Order: sequence, then structure tokens, then C-alpha cells
Amino acid sequence: MADERLEVELRHHLGRIDLDVRFSVGRETLALIGASGAGKSSVLLAIAGLLRPDHGRIVGAGRPLFDSQQRVDLPPEERRVGLVFQHGALFPYLSVAQNVAFGLHPRARSKRERSERVGEILERFAIAELANSRPDRISGGERQRVALARAVATSPHVLLLDEPLSALDAVTKSRVAAELSRTLADLRLPTILVSHDLGDVAGLADRVAVMDEGRIVQSGTTAELLRSPASGFVAAFVGTNFFSGVATRAGGVTEVTLDSGAIVESAAAATGPVGVIVQPWDITLHDTAEASAAGLPSAHPGQNVLTGSVTSVAPRGGTLRVSVASLPPVVAEVSAEAPGVDGLSRGAMVAAVWLNAATMLVPDDAAAPTE
Amino acid sequence: MTPPATLSSSGAAYGSVDVVYGARHRFTTAAAITGIAVSVLTAFVGLPLLAIFLRVPLGTLVAQLHSPVARDALRISLKTSLTALLFIVVVGTPVAYLLGTRRFRGRTVLVTFLELPLVLPPAVAGIGLFAAFGRTGLLGAHLTQFGIRIPFTWVAVVMAQAFVAMPFYVRQAIAAFASMDPQLLAASRTLGMGSTRTFLRVSIPLARQSLSAGAALAWARALGEFGATALFAGALAGVTQTLPLAIYSEFGATHLDVALAMSALLVAVSFGVLITAKLLLRFQTWV
Repeated sequence: MADERLEVELRHHLGRIDLDVRFSVGRETLALIGASGAGKSSVLLAIAGLLRPDHGRIVGAGRPLFDSQQRVDLPPEERRVGLVFQHGALFPYLSVAQNVAFGLHPRARSKRERSERVGEILERFAIAELANSRPDRISGGERQRVALARAVATSPHVLLLDEPLSALDAVTKSRVAAELSRTLADLRLPTILVSHDLGDVAGLADRVAVMDEGRIVQSGTTAELLRSPASGFVAAFVGTNFFSGVATRAGGVTEVTLDSGAIVESAAAATGPVGVIVQPWDITLHDTAEASAAGLPSAHPGQNVLTGSVTSVAPRGGTLRVSVASLPPVVAEVSAEAPGVDGLSRGAMVAAVWLNAATMLVPDDAAAPTE
Repeated sequence: MTPPATLSSSGAAYGSVDVVYGARHRFTTAAAITGIAVSVLTAFVGLPLLAIFLRVPLGTLVAQLHSPVARDALRISLKTSLTALLFIVVVGTPVAYLLGTRRFRGRTVLVTFLELPLVLPPAVAGIGLFAAFGRTGLLGAHLTQFGIRIPFTWVAVVMAQAFVAMPFYVRQAIAAFASMDPQLLAASRTLGMGSTRTFLRVSIPLARQSLSAGAALAWARALGEFGATALFAGALAGVTQTLPLAIYSEFGATHLDVALAMSALLVAVSFGVLITAKLLLRFQTWV
């Protein structure tokens, strides 16, 4: 089984940042997430052979694809690495079927074998009815599917997907994600998904690696990352609320004075500079009038309250992601069926409330001495 | 009572449209100057072209195209200009690909050098070719030793045409290759196609229409070549006398009808080529 792994170890000077990563992917899907410019796409290009790293070693399915010491550097066409670009990169002058057939070498297969293979792939990806369409006549989701089908048709040993969902609208996104999830489960290839949004790929990835400035700062399952982000950067990146502040112990609780001046309480023990993490789904929203009637926001023991006006309400599956312009601003995720959500329109004044036990404290890398 | 009421109301509506239009397109001195300029320029270009067709009856023009001089010139023009075009496309395409897709030291100098024939007087091109490939020329002297003589042969015509027409194709081709989406080339590579296959199966189809337009323009330029050909290849009837050279010699020999007939043919062909090139570039469809 070790033979099927993709092993990557590379260092590369890339303009402003120095790429330095080392990881290994078995028959699983690894999501490589990070802000744009973090070096994610360069990692994909290096694996595909479209970028030559300064140093390192890349092994795919037991074959050395690149090795700076052994002077191995296979050209992209010999690597058997399938790469699916964000917008598909379909050949505009070819039909869908011709795009899928593109990588099937005339020398390696007879004409009949090729058309059989294309037919089989078109069926498998449910794009048979698009066979004669031009890429500019099909939807973004369909283009994505055709691009994946085209890559899979060549039987790659490794699959790389660059921002597979970013170009799609919200409705298409969830459908394509579900399709992609099934396809990847069927293929069981070492797969790397690159995305700037963990939300997009969380459901697809077995493991997630967060990249920042050319390095992998944390990797683990999605749940691990959400539950215990290793740093403020990771927390901010995975979509949780992250604030930095200074903690002091006061009685049985930790009081954290945030940079904005607000004070929040936590059940966790800490002193000095800390990062504060509050998961969006641990926050409930209340009408301010209602809240003061119920005794809020006046310090209710064991609770934290921040008030502000709603700046945006974005549906995400069955939940609403609500941004509140409190000091500091917070993001809450509430069920679309929760009582009172009808009043959540832009500009409405709300109180964001969470329990002290939901206030996580992590070492604050912003306050940590720089290396 | 109803119909008149309807009429008057629609009349009022039209009236208001007129007012709006009048306000937007008010007669101004600037508009007058523009109008005169357009008329002058159109007449300046149009009248000579029109005169070629109107000077003698159309029947005479067609009949004169069958004269031996015109037929020989047409045959030589087609043979030489198409050969020149073949040379330009075969040699110019890889060069344009390199210049369009790579950035390297000296690239701009090389591009400028290849564009030089665009602005060079054709007579200078002819002298240059003669100095290089003439019987006692830089390279010609060596060729003479092997019994190869280029000047005053149809090959000389091809060389003169290729020299002046090459930039028309190469410039267009460089632009076409430079505007290719690099992701499509990368996608082709990861799908198992080497660089040569990628060039043939991706770059060429992507650039196809621009290349065709460039080829059409280069062919038209080759077809009309006069100065360089006259100097380097002469005007030997039946050997190197192309249409433009035949027009000149027939005009000199006061055979105006034949000269007009051949001119009319070149006007028609040039017009067709220009329109074709424009259409190719406007409708860059993949069908």
C-alpha cells in the first residue's frame, strides 16, 4: 500500500515567500487551504511538473517524479499526475467528448478502444448528453465535471484539484461538492484539493493542511482543526471568531481584555497575551429589547454578551451565517429554523451571547516573539 | 372622435422624440469639418479605385485578362506569392511561437529586426538582397561556385516577396501566441502530451484564426510586391514578371487596357483578402 502514496518534500524560493513543505498523501483526500499567495497552487504546479522546485523530492506511486539530488525531473506528460484547473481549462475549440478524448494517445490505443473509453467516462461522469457541446455552451458546474472526467480518462496515479468549487455559485457548489465526494471515494487516488475556503472543501477532505507563507502551519482532520486550532492564524482561517487580548485570573474565571477594550470571560485558565476563539455555532443571537427584558446584556453570570447591528446574513445550507458589527465584530451561525431569525435583517440591533465555557484560549502567535 | 385623438397624441410623441434627437445631434462647426473630412478621404481613396473599373468597359477588362502578357504575369504572381507564403508560414510560425511565448534577453531587438521590412523602402530591400545573394554578393559569390544563380530567376521573386511580406504574418502570429491561455498549454502537458504535440494540438488550433488572417495579409503584400522584385529579379516576361511589374511595363508601352485589367484584378483580390482577414479576426469562433 505504501507504493500508492504521494510523497512531497520541497523547498522553493517564490518571490516574496519561501515555500517549504513536506507531506504525504495515501489513498485519501488532503485539502490544502490558505490565503491566496500562501503557496498552495505552487505546490500543485510543482507536483504536476509545471514548476521546478529549487530542492526536494516528489514520489508518486513509487516512481520518483522529481529529485533534486538524483537530478530526476520528469516532464509533466510523463508524471501521470492529473491536474484540474479552477475554471476547467477546457479546450474551447473541442467538444466535450473531444476534450475527454484529448489525453488518450493514438499510439497506445486503437480508435475503437479510445471511443469506448470516452463513452465509458462520459457515462460515469453523467456528461454523455453534453458530448457534442462546446465548453462555452455548458454551465460552470458541468465544465468542472468535464475537466475532472478529462483528467481521470488518462488514468492518473495522483489527482490534483485547484480551487474546484470557488468558481461556482452557492447552489451549484453544494451539488458539485456532493458529486466530487462520490467520485473521489470511487477513485481512491491520492488527491490534493486546494482551496482558500475550508467551508468549501471540509466535507470532501479526509485531512486538512493549513498553509501560511509557504509553510504548513497545521494539519489534521477538519474537526481537529475546528476544535483546537494551533494558532490564531488557523483559527481566523477556518472561519471561527478570533480575537487577541490579555488574560488575567479573577476569582474562578479568566478575564480577557481584548484589543478593542471589551472584556470577555473564559472558563479556561491563562494569563498574559492570549488568543480567544469562539466558534460561530456557539453564539446565539437575541433581539436587544428582548435581551434587556431577560436581564441581558447586564452581566449574567457565566455568559458573554456583545451588542451591535447586523451587517450581513448569508445562508449556508440549513444555517445562517450572521455578521454582527459589535466591538469586536463577531460571526454567528444560527439555525435557519431558530426562533426570532426572521428579525435578522441588515441593520437590526442584536446581542451576541455565548457561554464562558465556549470561550477557548490559545497562545497568541501575534503576540509571540517573531522568529 | 377617437381616431383623431389617437393621431394627435402619437404626433405629439414623435414631436418630442425629434426634440430630443435634435438636441443630441445639433449642427456644429466640428460636425461640418468632420463631414467634409470623411468625404474628402473617401473620394481620395475611392476615386482612383473606381476609375480603374470605369475607364474602359468591364467586358474589355475581362477580355484583356486573357492576353498573353496578363496570363503569364498572373501565373508567375500566383506561383511566386504562394511559394513565398509557404516559406513565411513554415519558417515564421516557430519563430513567432518562440517570440510570443518566451521572454529572453534581446527579444525586443529581434522582434524589431524582423519588423524592419515593414518600414524599409522596397528598393532598399531589393538592393540588400542583391548585395547578399547577387552573383558577386556576400553569399551569392559562394553560391556561384556551386553553379547556383539566384538573381533574375523566379526564386529571386519569391525571396523579394518573402522579405517584405514576412512581418505581416510574423507580427500577427506573435500576438496570437502571446495571447494563448497558458493554463490550456499546461493542461495539455498534464494530459500526457509533450511539447511538440501540445504545439500542434493546442497552440495551433488556438491561434488558427489569427494565423490565417496574418497569412492572408502577408499573401496580399507578396502579391503586390514591386520595388524589391524589380531590383533583385528584374521583369523578364514569362520568368520574373509578376502582375505589378507587368502593369508597369504595359503602362509604359501605352497598353493601358491590359494594365487596367490587371490592376482591377489586384484591387478585387486585395479587397477580398482584407475583408477575409477582418472577418477571421472578428469571429474567433471555434466551430
